[in-house]
Amino acid sequence: MLCQKCHKRIANVHFTRVVNNQKVEMFLCEQCANEEGQMGFEAPLSVSEFLSGIMNFGNSAPYVNLASSDIVCEKCGMSFQEFQKIGKLGCSQCYRTFGERLKSILKRLHGSAQHNGRMPKKVSESIKISREIERLKELLNEAIKNEEYEKAAELRDRIRNLEVK
Amino acid sequence: MPGWYVEDGPESDVVVSSRVRFARNFEEYPFPSKMTREQGQSVLNAVRDAVLNNSSAAKNFVFIDIQQMSPIDRQALVEMHLISPDLAESQKQSGVLISKDEKISIMINEEDHLRIQCIYPGMQLDQALDLCIKVDGLLEENIRYAFDDKYGYLTCCPTNIGTGMRASVMLHLPALTMTGYIRNILDACSKIGIAVRGLYGENSEASGNMFQISNQVTLGQSEEEIASNIKNITSQIIEHERSLRDQLYKQNPYRLEDKVLRSFGLFTNARILSSEESLKLLSDVRLGVNMGIIKGISTEKLNEIMLLIQPGYLQKITGKPLSPEERDIKRAEIVRNKLGCSI
Ligand SMILES: [Zn+2]
Ligand SMILES: [Zn+2]
Repeated sequence: MLCQKCHKRIANVHFTRVVNNQKVEMFLCEQCANEEGQMGFEAPLSVSEFLSGIMNFGNSAPYVNLASSDIVCEKCGMSFQEFQKIGKLGCSQCYRTFGERLKSILKRLHGSAQHNGRMPKKVSESIKISREIERLKELLNEAIKNEEYEKAAELRDRIRNLEVK
Repeated sequence: MPGWYVEDGPESDVVVSSRVRFARNFEEYPFPSKMTREQGQSVLNAVRDAVLNNSSAAKNFVFIDIQQMSPIDRQALVEMHLISPDLAESQKQSGVLISKDEKISIMINEEDHLRIQCIYPGMQLDQALDLCIKVDGLLEENIRYAFDDKYGYLTCCPTNIGTGMRASVMLHLPALTMTGYIRNILDACSKIGIAVRGLYGENSEASGNMFQISNQVTLGQSEEEIASNIKNITSQIIEHERSLRDQLYKQNPYRLEDKVLRSFGLFTNARILSSEESLKLLSDVRLGVNMGIIKGISTEKLNEIMLLIQPGYLQKITGKPLSPEERDIKRAEIVRNKLGCSI
């Protein structure tokens, strides 16, 4: 998220101050944090606080509205409101349950919502197979269009073999 | 002591250690915060068996049940960076598998079901990443991970999703801190989404001028990209730190030598050493050793001392709980022994 003071740099200092007996939380960039008179960051940034900060400050209005029609994860019982409070999910199913709301949070956190790294071997094999099937299907359509029926039959067999896997 | 800290690593004049950790979860169980006791036990058993039933891995790993450990032993493991403070305080069915060389630790039922962590001395982020990938591959043979095509490895906290990877380096930056240039570094890091932990300003000396640099973004970049980002920023910081050390020395050799050697004198002769004072003195001594002002002491020895003088480890090697005063006396004794002082 962006610094709450300058709205330009990424905030990576979180601090709490007591104003009129009220705890006030701020998310600032280092530069603004220094200007605020805070010499350093004390406790390492607590991720759940950081997250609840992301969701409660700034563009939080849509979440507040959505929260009135709260969703609950069937597998673990976590509600979206609870998630907003603690910043943590209850199970892998939660990611599907909270769908688009979560996706926009992920985008704000990471600047992306598409994984680009390693994957489990079993998954990478099945992804390879489904990509190969896609490719063969295109060839098949091409073959049918060109009335190459022998070739089409052969492609159809190969697709069937892959689909069994 | 067999751990990583007794080995010499590249760039060890600035980089103390390199660490990579992967967060992983089982597909079939809720995350640890939502697990039943039985589910927690199943996860613990499954991970333990995945490692200990593998003939080559079994020889190399020790399984520790956190619930069975004394608070002092838990604290010592935290100080050795083998488990996290959260795992040490866990009330759940939690455990850790530690490799004999202490480079690998697999935490079970921390915030996520699995936290695979590899740590190396000096600047060896690639080695730490390679080892993490190997351990991950071994576990994957027996465990079905929670994985999504779009979001990657699913984690309890959305800040870890995707690669589930945190790459970090621990840096000793006395010259940058002394001169105040550390601010510029921290500012630059914050602009590119790199987190810096440690104290600067008033308290940096008390924490031994140590800073930890790590990635914040885990989704959208590959593991190699994440590691190379951290490597790039680290090598720039190393250059700045080294050139400042040289400049400080050239500006006034006596002043720097005096500072370092005074601290060395105190460190090796004191009879009572608080944790805070020793970290400050250790930082000066480390600087002196790295700059050749103090000869005959290795960086590895200083790493070992850094570990030994922490409260948990101190009590662990003494074999009994110590009051803060007793600890300060014991700490001074250890330092004198380790640095071989005759007085
Ligand atoms: Zn700012
Ligand atoms: Zn759930």
